[in-house]
Amino acid sequence: MPFRTPRGGGAVSKEYRLQAPLRDEDVIQLKVGDRVLLSGIIYTARDAAHKKIIQALESGSELPFPLKGAVIYYVGPSPAPEGRPIGSAGPTTSYRMDSYTPRLHSLGVKATIGKGKRSQDVKDALVRHNAVYFGATGGAGALLSQRIESSKIIAFEDLGPEAVRELEVRDFPLLVVNDAFGGELYAKPNLPG
Amino acid sequence: MRTVTSSDIADRVAEMVVRANRVLPPDVLAAISRAKENESSPSGREILGQLEENAALARESGLPLCQDTGMAVFFVELGEQCRVEGANLREAITQGMVRGYQDGLLRKSMCHPLTRKNTGDNTPAVIHVDLVEGDGLKISFMAKGGGSENMSRVTMLSPAQGWKGIKDFVLGRVAEAGPNPCPPTMLGIGIGGSFELAPKLAKQALLRPLDQPHPDPEIARMEQELLEEINTLGIGPMGLGGDTTCLGVRISMAPCHIASLPLAVNVQCHSARHEEVEL
Repeated sequence: MPFRTPRGGGAVSKEYRLQAPLRDEDVIQLKVGDRVLLSGIIYTARDAAHKKIIQALESGSELPFPLKGAVIYYVGPSPAPEGRPIGSAGPTTSYRMDSYTPRLHSLGVKATIGKGKRSQDVKDALVRHNAVYFGATGGAGALLSQRIESSKIIAFEDLGPEAVRELEVRDFPLLVVNDAFGGELYAKPNLPG
Repeated sequence: MRTVTSSDIADRVAEMVVRANRVLPPDVLAAISRAKENESSPSGREILGQLEENAALARESGLPLCQDTGMAVFFVELGEQCRVEGANLREAITQGMVRGYQDGLLRKSMCHPLTRKNTGDNTPAVIHVDLVEGDGLKISFMAKGGGSENMSRVTMLSPAQGWKGIKDFVLGRVAEAGPNPCPPTMLGIGIGGSFELAPKLAKQALLRPLDQPHPDPEIARMEQELLEEINTLGIGPMGLGGDTTCLGVRISMAPCHIASLPLAVNVQCHSARHEEVEL
């Protein structure tokens, strides 16, 4: 299935194939508007899972996955049909995770995947910790699920669709929305006055 | 008096919620395709192309269009000469919704507002019932995702603010929401009524197809004016810039108190899933 990541703005952008978990040298080369085809192991977590991960950090209990180099995908997939690893699996809106994200970057998380704007605190954390925010196409959940090869719940099963999953992705199409240099891809609205 | 059985209602609702989550309404798909033809931004055209591909894949594969298969919202028109036999109307709709979400592999997204514990079966459905003349029963369903719903707002304007105040608020809301609600969006706008009626009007307005202008030419003109101004904001598909920020504006208006001008903006993402059945 053809699936091209869109090229943002008018900037000269590049395309990279990267392998998760990400290394510092993977991230430092990325600029806003660049396309990335990501393969490897990534982890799902959204609202309730983030709260639990931070609680685990506070109490010193075991974390659901290693944070170093990790890529976190903000998604709550629909149930998997027979013979498929996962149901529809597009990104959810990222700002709801903003209060947790800087802490996770300080502990080694290299990238998050979602849709929509991030807070200034998150953008600052990307610069400080050499990390990146990727956008995936919102509402293209059926299409994006075709790039997910396996999925298993590894923590917080009681959260249902919000459980933490380990996903193996191949050529998952992403766009660099916020880079480690303070750049941002989203268009500024032309408001009159 | 005509009789409809609750098991018929449940069956039809179960089918409807599954189909609505897999098949994008033809007017929405047509609007996305038309937007792609007219979009000047290359990234915008690519996004709109992906949305077409996604719709085709969902239709063929049976996967939901979006993983957020929504809060289940129903607008019901119950004829005064129509009687439901068996379980009551709300139970019948709820039973059908629960079965559809389970069997159709749709995500259950409803939870306790504070403990955040998932109810497990997508209950409760949000059900609005209006009594109407006759013996008909029409049930409209909308799968309302959280990302776009969160970008919706209600406000109480001062009457002096009028149409200009309404436009300023709507444009400001769309600008501030930016990429968050998965543009290109549709907007349902409720003008007038009361504090609680305006948002209901706004959401219900989203049921009107994009190729069906408001029957009142003056309101149709206002919808068009708002749409054109929103699309000059340049937010574009997924907020990456471009001409297509909004696919359509739907206004529903009701008289209000002399002291008030209630206004509600219900933001709907491009995956505008809804369907209706008549029993």
